[in-house]
Amino acid sequence: MSEVPVRLSVNGRTHEVDVEPRLLLVHLLRDRLGLTGTHVGCDTTSCGACTVHLDGESVKSCTVLAVQADGCEVTTIEGLADGDALHPVQEAFWEDHGLQCGFCTPGMIMRAVDLLAHDPDPTEEEIRRGLEGNLCRCTGYHNIVRAVKDAARHPHAGRIPAPGVSADGAGAGRELAQEGLGA
Amino acid sequence: MIPAHFDYVAPASLDEALRALADGGEDAKPLAGGHSLLPLMKMRLAVPTLLVDLRRLEGLRGIERENGDWRIGPLTRHADLQRRADLGVVAQTAALIADQQVRNRGTIGGSLAHGDPASDLPAVLAATEGRVTIRDAGGGSRTVAAADLFQDYLTTAVGPGELITEVRIPALDGWGHAYEKFTRRAEDWAMVGVCALVKRAPDGSCEDVRVAFTNMASTPIRATAVEQALRGGPLDDAAIAAAAEHADEGTDPPADLNASADYKRHLARVLTRRALQRAAGS
Repeated sequence: MSEVPVRLSVNGRTHEVDVEPRLLLVHLLRDRLGLTGTHVGCDTTSCGACTVHLDGESVKSCTVLAVQADGCEVTTIEGLADGDALHPVQEAFWEDHGLQCGFCTPGMIMRAVDLLAHDPDPTEEEIRRGLEGNLCRCTGYHNIVRAVKDAARHPHAGRIPAPGVSADGAGAGRELAQEGLGA
Repeated sequence: MIPAHFDYVAPASLDEALRALADGGEDAKPLAGGHSLLPLMKMRLAVPTLLVDLRRLEGLRGIERENGDWRIGPLTRHADLQRRADLGVVAQTAALIADQQVRNRGTIGGSLAHGDPASDLPAVLAATEGRVTIRDAGGGSRTVAAADLFQDYLTTAVGPGELITEVRIPALDGWGHAYEKFTRRAEDWAMVGVCALVKRAPDGSCEDVRVAFTNMASTPIRATAVEQALRGGPLDDAAIAAAAEHADEGTDPPADLNASADYKRHLARVLTRRALQRAAGS
């Protein structure tokens, strides 16, 4: 079974890797690129801990093959902050203590950013519905919902960060990271 | 969980994709959003030897109105459907599929070709009496009505080496509609789902009605006894409640971890009443 070349942008940085077709996107991110902020929870498309953005939309990376992300832009939790400045949704989770053990937090935040991108001023009901694909094992939903509600006050809470290689045409000048050096 | 080994191609044209599927034989599978297939592969319940990824194919996504039909490309995602309120019951149902991350990947063509009776869109295709176009590598093309598409559990008229290339759903302008779905947890498959479509006559009575179930048999099925009870009669709460009592007639719901067959029959009656009331009011 031969490997397949995949070229994708992760958090604004281009990677070229050869992968087995059966490699899941979450394992490419975690095991090959060292981006361990994306978690594996249920591994059955249920819990949302592995949520990342694929071309600007939230997906469960345990149910996407790495080869399906060829030519795409991926954003992980590591790509949200601007240097030391947390993303507004990260800031709100911090302020409202929207976490207990923290395991679901990266997926919750990635989903929340996408939710706010489509619906900048959601009601509590809309937030709960919008997060239905993300499970918190600690059942800490109350503060998570509060954090998303508070984050919505920020004008850029739904901003999809890491403008991509193809989206803004800036790819040509970007550093090309080889596998293993990308983290 | 990791899928078993498989070969992978991502052809740039429909003809190439059909040829690759034909060459791959029975163990070659097309890959659209992958949200039915990949979970099965991870659990080794499906072990295809070749995946033909459809992601590079142009012209197989999008939503267009053509005369009385919605023409929908098979690679159109649930997320695209849910944001088109003008699609009526299709949009309303798409918004209830699993969760948003799944809807951002899953496609209408994938869902219909997979033929899981617990999936939501097959019942909508059955109720609207929609149809699909199926193509094979030899250039053959045929149109298959919803009633003939779903043959058995996970078995559809889409054979090896074939692809759905178009989905047509009658727009049913002027009909009221509702999709009711009961789940134990928010993102679950439906224990039971009901798609109800109602057309009122000028005098307020029921000119026509369609009711179809999710997960009440090995395929989506029409509730013909409910339809017969309502068609041509009054469309008030009493008539709807009486008709809904026929909901489980002719069904054969599979018992599973979430619900016994009897409980599903009960749900079918309750959800049919709710769906018809909403459809009659909308």
